[in-house]
Amino acid sequence: MSIETREARQPWILLSPALAAVALLLFVPLMFIVVYSFWLRTATGADQVGFYLDNWNEALTDPFYRDILISTLRIAAITTIVCAIMGYPSAYFIARSRGNKAILLLLLMLPFWISYIIRTMSWINILGVSGAFNSLLLSLGIISEPIQMLYNEATVILGLVHFLLPFMILNIYVSLDGIDTNLEDAANSLGATKWEAFLQVTLPLSLPGLAAGGLLCFVLGAGTYITPLVLGGPRDAMFANLVFEAIITQLNWPLGSALSLMLLAVLGALVMIYNRYLGMAQLMKGLG
Amino acid sequence: MTKKMDNTTRYERLRERYMNGDIDRRGFLGLIGAAGLAYGVQTPFAKYAHAATDQVRFDGWGGVVSEAFRKHAFDPYTEKTGIAVVDGTFGGGDEYLSRVKASQPGEYNIAHLSGVFDYARYHGLELTSELNEDNIPNLEFVIPKLVDVFRGVTDGKLSCVPYDYGTTGLAYNRKYVSDDQMQEIGAKILIDENLKGKIGGWSDWRTRMWYAALQTGQDPNGVTDEEAAWDAVRAHRDLALKYWTSGAELMSLLAEEEIYVTEGWSGRIYALQEQGHDIGYMDPPNGFGWQECLFVIKGSPMEACEELLNFMLAPETSIAVAEGQNYPPALDPTKVELGGKIPTLPAFDPTGTLSGLTFAKPDYWNGHEADWSKTFGRVQKGY
Repeated sequence: MSIETREARQPWILLSPALAAVALLLFVPLMFIVVYSFWLRTATGADQVGFYLDNWNEALTDPFYRDILISTLRIAAITTIVCAIMGYPSAYFIARSRGNKAILLLLLMLPFWISYIIRTMSWINILGVSGAFNSLLLSLGIISEPIQMLYNEATVILGLVHFLLPFMILNIYVSLDGIDTNLEDAANSLGATKWEAFLQVTLPLSLPGLAAGGLLCFVLGAGTYITPLVLGGPRDAMFANLVFEAIITQLNWPLGSALSLMLLAVLGALVMIYNRYLGMAQLMKGLG
Repeated sequence: MTKKMDNTTRYERLRERYMNGDIDRRGFLGLIGAAGLAYGVQTPFAKYAHAATDQVRFDGWGGVVSEAFRKHAFDPYTEKTGIAVVDGTFGGGDEYLSRVKASQPGEYNIAHLSGVFDYARYHGLELTSELNEDNIPNLEFVIPKLVDVFRGVTDGKLSCVPYDYGTTGLAYNRKYVSDDQMQEIGAKILIDENLKGKIGGWSDWRTRMWYAALQTGQDPNGVTDEEAAWDAVRAHRDLALKYWTSGAELMSLLAEEEIYVTEGWSGRIYALQEQGHDIGYMDPPNGFGWQECLFVIKGSPMEACEELLNFMLAPETSIAVAEGQNYPPALDPTKVELGGKIPTLPAFDPTGTLSGLTFAKPDYWNGHEADWSKTFGRVQKGY
């Protein structure tokens, strides 16, 4: 075997464990889901094997699924915008702080040490009728009766922001941390104010990080079902809740498979558009 | 000392039945002979079967119930038979069925299931097994009505043993809703506009339709005007603050006064009352009665499971579990002394006839399952 051939094979040999894992744990299960989506659920809940387009027809033409999908994308978009608005100043502060950067980053990571479900449920103790916020307002005499703050779309978005904000901050931080601060000084020396230097130098250079954080927040937000289940009211369901209901409550795995593939296709298209214009490199940096 | 459910144990049981006069001498000797023949035929393969039954998996609702099972049934069972009990939990019957559907035969063995309709659903999916009732002598203590309804589903055979029963009735905060008001309004309290934003409800399509039937003056086991019932479900949805999805969430919403009225599980409401909350509980006429069972899934090691069921049905175990979970046991009060607490539990029937409870007809509810569960999914989201 020539040296060239050996060198050409080496990356594949090194990659083979990872490729095998991806194939077995992602590609093969995904293929199962694709196959399932063409089966049918019988009246008893058993699956009827075959090639039927009924589930796809229902998923793609029924306005019920379309409306919930649009509502899901809207909630994910609002969450992403709120995360960006709240996350940018925090990331900027961390990136520009001198001595305590490590502590600030550690504080940012702290919520990940607690279960996501517990973090979500903690809002019940904060915003509930007898929760901390209402108790404070009552004790200060600002209100005479507790305010109903929970179980609506706003609390779903609040829960999602709570969950996703660290992802946004980390991505923006990575981007800001890579910008040479001398560039801002150079802009200032050329007559720009601090605000102008930020708007014309720092912000454009940090946009890839903002976009990467936005993509992560959007994709994760659009795929969640726990938050609306815990903090939402009767109507505040997201698309993943429909998948959960089809598979768990209705035992309709074929329809659930079609719905999950539909969500995957929408979010996948979004990732591809992002990759086409911005590339995945920034996202990898943020995740790393 | 450990003792497996082996041939020696079987012989001892048979001998005990013979000594008690349950079978005659001819029958006893005939069975011994048949057992010898069977043993001779199957011995080369028996070691493989025995080797496979070193553990039984049980799945239930967790919490105090699991603790009571562990203490009163699983540990003594393991001590006697040497077979370990792997104790798993689930959040709901639907979720568990999905797990079973995705599993290999024999992976899941015994489950603490709700409702006869679940039993019928498992039967429809060909997941039922066939119990040898001779191996479960404690079955004789169980209320016959509870057993018969399961037999009706599986052609006289059993794939489960009944274990406890309860109701899904109306729970209300007495600070805001009086007992008299409840007696007067009944199930319609859940669609009372004066309580808008303070009403809760279980996100279970059966319960929603059952109460919608009551609210529209229909028989829950024979809804004739479906549209009126769905309108009642919609009315409840528009007035409700939240659909709860677990017993813990139900208790939290009531205890924290997020909601003042909801339907609730009798045992959970009793637990709230025990904690000192002034929560009332009422079963309206035709209120939702149900029973739970210990179900053996097809592909399980039957003898080991039957032995475990016998441990779990033993009066001391059943009573301890019932006191832990606040649901009356399936034991017949005319045959077994149930102690002091159980007669005070909601839904308890001292006669053992359960004539005051209305149970869901499995054929009727399972016949509507595919359609109604899907429709409720849509109605719930504003459609």
